[in-house]
Formats: sequence, structure tokens, C-alpha cells
Amino acid sequence: MNLCFQLFLTFFKIGAFTLGGGYAMLDLVEKSVVEKKKWVEITEFWNLIAVIQSIPGVFAVNTALYIGYKLKGIKGALCAALGSVIPSVIIILLVAIFFTEYKRNEVVEQIFKGIRPCVVALILSPSLKMIKSTGFSWKMILIPIATVFLIWWCGISPVYVIIGAIIIGLLVGFVSYRFVKKEM
Amino acid sequence: MMVYLLLFWVYFKVGLFGFGGGYAMISMIQYEVVEHYAWMSSQEFADVLAISQMTPGPISINSATYVGYSVGGVFGAFLATFSLCLPMLIIMYFVIRYLFTNMENHYVKNVFRFLKPATAGLIFAVGLLLMNAENFADVGLHNSNVSVAICAVSFVASYFYKVNPILLLAISGLCGYVFFGVLQ
Repeated sequence: MNLCFQLFLTFFKIGAFTLGGGYAMLDLVEKSVVEKKKWVEITEFWNLIAVIQSIPGVFAVNTALYIGYKLKGIKGALCAALGSVIPSVIIILLVAIFFTEYKRNEVVEQIFKGIRPCVVALILSPSLKMIKSTGFSWKMILIPIATVFLIWWCGISPVYVIIGAIIIGLLVGFVSYRFVKKEM
Repeated sequence: MMVYLLLFWVYFKVGLFGFGGGYAMISMIQYEVVEHYAWMSSQEFADVLAISQMTPGPISINSATYVGYSVGGVFGAFLATFSLCLPMLIIMYFVIRYLFTNMENHYVKNVFRFLKPATAGLIFAVGLLLMNAENFADVGLHNSNVSVAICAVSFVASYFYKVNPILLLAISGLCGYVFFGVLQ
């Protein structure tokens, strides 16, 4: 079978069968790409995951792009990325068309009255886990608090917060490199 | 025509600055779609998030397709998803060429050190922004406050007991049907 088609098919399956997004599919990707297809070594795979976690974009698509690129260049990257995106796009599009139709339904509205508060909880929970995982040094806890203040209170665009964090990181890197001359 | 250009611009930005995965992107999408352009109400946005979580695939892709559909039909759906993925193609190219060999670089390390807590704050802030009367149907002094209870219980279940989010959404939907439908 053509390698590009194989890439497409493998990531299509991963995209179609992972509920819950990014990290939920990690296990499935590892099984099919590392264990079954042997496209990448296990150490390379975990290095890749570490890098992808820190760059912008969709986790699944970035993984597909990298593995596709490695095996078959730009063509392979595009095939793998398309494979990972197409199933979700088709499914959610059908749901969107269907849901727009039935939104006015009374029972659907009652169900969603229960679901909405749960969505809020599902957003707050991972953010607290992330804050906890960065460590509780009180200098570092100021950053998420400042972010929340800027967005929730001042209504500043999250894009500026991210640009600000990048600039501060570069400045701190510059200062510590120039004047302290040692690792932070 | 204008709406398509805006849709492209919004999702291109989200893809470009989307550090920290799906939930962090949600804070940007919420800012643009609900606050800035008012394409959707906060309630509709919470519905989109719930549906995106429950259907297979990354939450960011799902919500892009959904928002794109409700703003600009089927073409809008494909356009939003494409715009979200476009920056990744460009970024991944540089990542493969440069970042993999420079993860230990002083500047790169410092930037990530500040980005991580900032994105955690972004996610927390969007959770707070969605905590409003639109999404908490019966909140108030003399009410039964079922929505507050659903939010609190879901939070505890997700944060402390790592209960599957899809299961939580399903149970909350059932609670909504019982408390806002059957028992009313």
C-alpha cells in the first residue's frame, strides 16, 4: 500500500476514534505509530511529544504533521494531517447541522441547562491542574493570577497575554544570560 | 464576504498563538467569538464546547468547525478549520528545522517557563467568564441552584477523582432533563 495512503488511513482511524481530544489520543497514537507501524522509535516519540506540548497548535495535527513529514516529506505531512482532521470535521459538521435544527426542542434545552455548568467545571479543573504542575513557588503563582485579572477583569485579548509572556521570557533569558551568566 | 475574512483572521490567530492545547485556545476563541465580534452568545458558546467535547477529535478542531458553520455555513466550517491548521504547517516546519535541536537553549527554556503558567491562567479565566447567569439557569438567592450543584460536583469529580469528562457531561445532561424538565 502506498505510504501516503497508509499515513492518511492511520491518522484517520486515530481521529475518528478518540473522544476527548489531544491527550486522550496519545495512547492510541503510540500503539499504532510506534508499536504497530514502527514509524518512529519510542524515545523519539516521547521527545516529539515533549516538544509538541510546548508549541502552538492542535496536538493531534502537529503529531501527524511531524510523523508524515519524517516518512514522506511535505506530501506525507499533508496526508497525515488531513487524515487526522477529516473525521472530526465531518462528524461535528453533521452534528452542527442537526443541532441547529433541534436547538429549539424543549428536552434538548433542558439537557443543555444541565450540561452548561458542567462545561464550566471541566474548564476550571484542568487549569488548576496546570497551575499546580508549574509548582507553587509564589513568584510563579503570580503569573496565572495576573492573567486571570487581565482577561476576566480588564477584558484584554488572550493574544496579548501570550505575546507578553513570550517577551517577559525573552527578557528574563537575556538579563540572566548577560548579567548573571549562569543558569536560572 | 467580510465575515469569511474575519473568520479566517480569527482562527489564523488562534492557531498561531494556541500555546497550551485545546482549552487554552478556547480562551482566545471565546474572546473573539463572544466578546469581540458577538457571533454567539455565551450560552451558545458553552453548548458548542459541550458538543465539541462529546464528539471525537480535538476540541479545537471541533469547535472551529462548529463556530464556522454557525457563522458562515458549510464553507465557513471548512474555512475556520483550515485557518486554524494553516499556522501549524508553517510552525511545524521551523520546529523540525530548529527547535528540536535547541530545546535546551536558554531563551527557549525561559519563554516556556513563563508561557506555561500564563496559559493556565487563560484557561481559568475563560472558565470564570462562562460562569454567568446564561449558563447557570436557576442561579439566585431564592432558587434551588441545581446548576451550581452540578458545577461543584462535576468539578470535584473531574479534579479529584479524574472522572471521564464525557461521562460527566452525559450525567449532567441527564440531571438537566430531570431537574429542569421532569420535576418542574
